[in-house]
Amino acid sequence: MSHRLSDEHEALRKSVEEFARDVVAPQAEHADRTGEFPYDVIRQMGEMGLFGLPFPEEYSGMGGDFLALCLAIEELGRVDSSVAITLEAAVGLGSMPIYRFGTDEQKKEWLPALCRGEALAAFGLTEPGGGSDAGNPRTRAVLDGEEWVINGSKAFITNAGTDISNLVTVLCRTGDRADGKPELTSIMVPLPQPGFSASNKYDKVGWHASDTRQLSFDNCRVPAANVLGDRGRGYAQFLSTLDEGRIAISALAVGLAQGCVDESVRYAKEREAFGAPIGSYQAVAFRIADMETRTYVARCAYRDACDRMLAGEPFKREAAIAKLYSSTIAVDNARDATQVFGGYGFMNEYAVARHWRDAKILEIGEGTSEIQRMLIARDLGL
Amino acid sequence: MNIVVCVKQVPDTWAEKKLSDSDKTVDREGVEGVMNELDEYAVEEALRIKEASGGEVTVLTMGPEKAVETIRKALSMGADQAVHLVDSGLHGSDALTTSYALAKALETIPHDLVILGVESTDARMSVIPAMLAERTGAAQLTFARKVEVGDGTVKIERQTDTGYDVVEAATPAIVSVVEKINEPRYPSFKGIMAAKKKPLTTLTLGDAGIESEKVGLAGSGSSVAEFSARPPKQAGQVVKDEGDGGSKLAEFLASQKLV
Repeated sequence: MSHRLSDEHEALRKSVEEFARDVVAPQAEHADRTGEFPYDVIRQMGEMGLFGLPFPEEYSGMGGDFLALCLAIEELGRVDSSVAITLEAAVGLGSMPIYRFGTDEQKKEWLPALCRGEALAAFGLTEPGGGSDAGNPRTRAVLDGEEWVINGSKAFITNAGTDISNLVTVLCRTGDRADGKPELTSIMVPLPQPGFSASNKYDKVGWHASDTRQLSFDNCRVPAANVLGDRGRGYAQFLSTLDEGRIAISALAVGLAQGCVDESVRYAKEREAFGAPIGSYQAVAFRIADMETRTYVARCAYRDACDRMLAGEPFKREAAIAKLYSSTIAVDNARDATQVFGGYGFMNEYAVARHWRDAKILEIGEGTSEIQRMLIARDLGL
Repeated sequence: MNIVVCVKQVPDTWAEKKLSDSDKTVDREGVEGVMNELDEYAVEEALRIKEASGGEVTVLTMGPEKAVETIRKALSMGADQAVHLVDSGLHGSDALTTSYALAKALETIPHDLVILGVESTDARMSVIPAMLAERTGAAQLTFARKVEVGDGTVKIERQTDTGYDVVEAATPAIVSVVEKINEPRYPSFKGIMAAKKKPLTTLTLGDAGIESEKVGLAGSGSSVAEFSARPPKQAGQVVKDEGDGGSKLAEFLASQKLV
């Protein structure tokens, strides 16, 4: 088994690498400081087809695969986590469930604009009262004639409050099953919608330019036909969405870890102390060598999980390992990169300081490190 | 309108460039090759013309085997086909002999228009477009910041130090473009996949009817006698503000042609 990329995947990686370097990186500091959503970057990513990477051409997709998406996320993550998570959430959480579970009509209605990056879709899973305990939401939907009436709230939702957000799929409790557990159904809520509101953006530690909000549903009514796939399948849908999503988040973490290596290598060659570049001292050089090693191993881990997924093999454990390890080393690399930069590493205008603030959420979002350990342990029969 | 875009693979703009000790030519093996940046604008302009008024875009590259990477990029951007002039006999060709070889290769491709970047980032001589026009007898429209094609005509805005001239010619014509002209697209995955299936013709010296003694190191009229490393940066010029600091700054910027 080899994780060397095919010529086509390598060409895509290179194309996104250049785009990230020339277009995304120059605006990252400004967007981080102001929290402005990078509409212009998103538009250009749409023109490049990044939002349609893993989808067929009949839905305006690029006909690529999940690895292609991961490569794009990784390259964007090297320079700007906010942009990378916007792509990851839009495709992995917004569009993918529609593609996987939606009816033909739903796919035809929603996917083309999403694939072109003209619109963004969000997935409403987490609630203010529970993150890891996602199978037990309080948001309820009740059928009233030909309409669902939704009441409740969702927390930390990405991409639901931008000017181009046009859909949020919401995990709702729609009844009780015979075994006493809640019946969960994913319901598509087109935006804007009476009864739906998105709060102001959260004041986050990192991912400043990513759109993250709390959503409220107050007697929000949508047609009964807006069920994504089948009623009662919500739980299974989001579990499989999250399994894949772990690989994509792992790619993002690897990108951030690589970005820390890139910055550190460059700085260690330029910055002089005691008459020589600081990279000529082992205290700095060995630290960067360790960063590179961790990044390489994490990359192998997510690409292996991705390989298994694409081959139709079980990949749950590998995806959890990749997510756990890559998010851990992203935090490690960000901490070490700020150390290489010394005092400048503590200045917000430096990329490594931004990486440091952006890294921590990787150990929390889309399944905490604790949840990953639980999944791995369970898979080992513990 | 059928367009040929000449693209060149050059050492990565960000990398340290070196000359090889043995024959004093640019060392292309040791560094990563990329498409000459200005040629990306040429490809983009050709694609825009094609998208607006039809025709085919052919990429022409002269360079070693490795240059096929750059051809693939141009095809991924949307060019229809490519011609790769590749022959060990071409190694070390100077500008004059390169223009001869390119002109011969152009004879094998029916076209109305040839578009190039104004210069390559490795040699930076900026003479190939003019030499090609001279050799092929086509009109020479250089330093274009805007191109408009009509029925059998091409009109450009030619960038000058102080503004621009409007120049018009009948086709066939050779147009060189500056970076102001457009914003080159990035290849999409669909474009990358499609590029695999696009026709790529390889030409040797013999295929293009190029006389081997007129190209390469031996055939070149110019040669590198010796070279040395770039001298370290000199200290900058200090301007004391005695009430006229602003105009002194403006004078400096104007002398560097920055304003």
